[in-house]
Amino acid sequence: MALYIGKRVLYGFIAIWIISILSFIIIQLPPGDYVSSYIANLAAQGSSLDQAEAENLRIFYGLDKPWHIQYLKWASRIVTGDLGYSFEWEKPVMSVIQGRILTTVLLALFALVFTWLFAIPIGIYSAVHKYSIGDYLATFLGFLGLAIPDFLIALIAMWFGYSIFGWSVGGLFSPEFGTAPWSIAKFLDLMKHLWVPVIILGTAGMAAMIRVVRANLLDELSKPYVVTARAKGISEWKLIMKYPVRMALNPVISMSAYLLPYLISGSVIVSVVLSLPTLGPTLLKSLLSQDSYLAGGIIFLIGIFTILGTLISDLLLLWIDPRIKFEAR
Amino acid sequence: MTKKNTKIEKQKPILSVNGLKVHFFTDEGTVKAVEGASFDVLAGRTLGIVGESGCGKSVATRSLLRLVDSPGKIVDGEIIYRGDANKKEINITSLKTSGSDIKSIRGGEISLIFQEPMTSFSPVHTVGNQIIEAIKLHKKLNKDDAKGLTLDWFKRVGMPDPEQRMNQYPWQLSGGQRQRAMIAMALCCDPKIVIADEPTTALDVTTQAQILDLLKELQEENGMSIIFITHDLGVIAEISDDVSVMYLGNIVESASVDEIFHSPKHPYTTGLLNSIPSITNKNRERLPTISGSIPHPHNRPSGCTFRNRCQNPSDDCREGKIEMKLIEVSPGHFVDQCCINCG
Repeated sequence: MALYIGKRVLYGFIAIWIISILSFIIIQLPPGDYVSSYIANLAAQGSSLDQAEAENLRIFYGLDKPWHIQYLKWASRIVTGDLGYSFEWEKPVMSVIQGRILTTVLLALFALVFTWLFAIPIGIYSAVHKYSIGDYLATFLGFLGLAIPDFLIALIAMWFGYSIFGWSVGGLFSPEFGTAPWSIAKFLDLMKHLWVPVIILGTAGMAAMIRVVRANLLDELSKPYVVTARAKGISEWKLIMKYPVRMALNPVISMSAYLLPYLISGSVIVSVVLSLPTLGPTLLKSLLSQDSYLAGGIIFLIGIFTILGTLISDLLLLWIDPRIKFEAR
Repeated sequence: MTKKNTKIEKQKPILSVNGLKVHFFTDEGTVKAVEGASFDVLAGRTLGIVGESGCGKSVATRSLLRLVDSPGKIVDGEIIYRGDANKKEINITSLKTSGSDIKSIRGGEISLIFQEPMTSFSPVHTVGNQIIEAIKLHKKLNKDDAKGLTLDWFKRVGMPDPEQRMNQYPWQLSGGQRQRAMIAMALCCDPKIVIADEPTTALDVTTQAQILDLLKELQEENGMSIIFITHDLGVIAEISDDVSVMYLGNIVESASVDEIFHSPKHPYTTGLLNSIPSITNKNRERLPTISGSIPHPHNRPSGCTFRNRCQNPSDDCREGKIEMKLIEVSPGHFVDQCCINCG
């Protein structure tokens, strides 16, 4: 068992290393570099930068070196926790995103829990009452949630919140806490604001989760072991919760592994609309300005979240499914 | 009640199924899986129900526990259970499918042994857990006592290393061990009737014989009745006291096992018996087969359902004018009235 877990962690590190290469390649793919987009920005504002100054800037940032040298320099610093330097913010990448990592992870986790809390019971109901009005309603609302883009729901929520209740929906903190250091009061303030984006982000993953739970449970409900249990005289709800639901939860757990990074990267537009201080808007901006180390750092972090999520879900499966535990020995 | 057995009239059957009809209402049409089946189960005896795949034998017996899944429905007939002489008869067809009455019958009074013990156990719960659950549903025992009873049963069904097996998962057991565990689960609450739905089909021949012996042994100890469903006439001869032959949702012939094997009346029974290979058969001939094939479920013949495959049907029968009905031709021997003289 320890060997299995050790193996999984090792694979995780290898995957993180590959992700670091890939994310570096991705940020190098678009033509030009930070200096060229800086020049374009200056040009848009009416001023300009001559060739010699541009070359100096490139040498200053190390952009004149070939890309693999740039990668090695970047990668060797990651090990020490230094993700490089953000050109645009003119400070280390770590200090740019530090405050945003926590809010991003919190938002994603709450959205995931919200999705679970609603999608699993609705999925179970839909499967047990197959083709009933409730099932059709859940399916209809689920698809509606899937079809409407998140940002539109966000905009509608903002409009309703403001025009009917006079709330200023948006942001994660009240103005007085925006830049304040972390404290219990700030955390409580965060909780007060968090539920709107949690619901908006949570509904997006909900439809897919409902379908997964419903489809898996329908499969399980027709398995012989359900009839066996019923033939023992167990009550229907106890039976469903103990046997088929338990079996149908495996794919829900493995699905949650990639829901976590999806919630982080997929929340970009919602975060922009609701002006949430998460990694999303920062990633978007850094990609637009080709602030390569900042973008690379964030993509790298999202990669780590994915690996972490998968590892956690694998360990959860190991814990709940004796068949996997047996094979892992 | 035309089919009372004179020999055992002093003792009422523990279970009587009269004119049971179970239909499946599908989008393509109604499938009449069971269409007026009648049979009796006598206390302490084994009734073998024999018939080919799809004849409705499983559906008919699942109905006894009201385990027929939608879109299947019992549309007619009655299932009278007389488990306790001091208590009133229970008509199982009138019970609610999820009420407390049927739940106390399931597992407690009538239990089921399934064909495929691998898929019939949950793979993520230990075998012990699943049996203890059954015990706690029907007996007022605490967890330790229920555990002890499970262990007793594991010993009674001849499970090797019973303590260890209790904490194992079904996929860690061999096929024979799984079926032993299944039998322990079915018998642990001392039911009066055990329905064994092809319990040996998925096992190899040696294990088959062991399981049959085990069932017979346990029946002698516990005195329960067994309904044994199979398409294997060899197994029927081995284990049954009485036999009911099922064809297309009807019982076409019912008698003691000797009567069925030595003086079968119905052409379908005769056909089945003729198609058993025999080692005394010297000349290398093809085995006789029953001509024709089973009608499509949506295309059930009216009247006698066997008339399309019968060698010498009467004129009335050929036109489907004769209703199906069991009549007693000799004490305890019932045959469908249309086919008394065809066999």
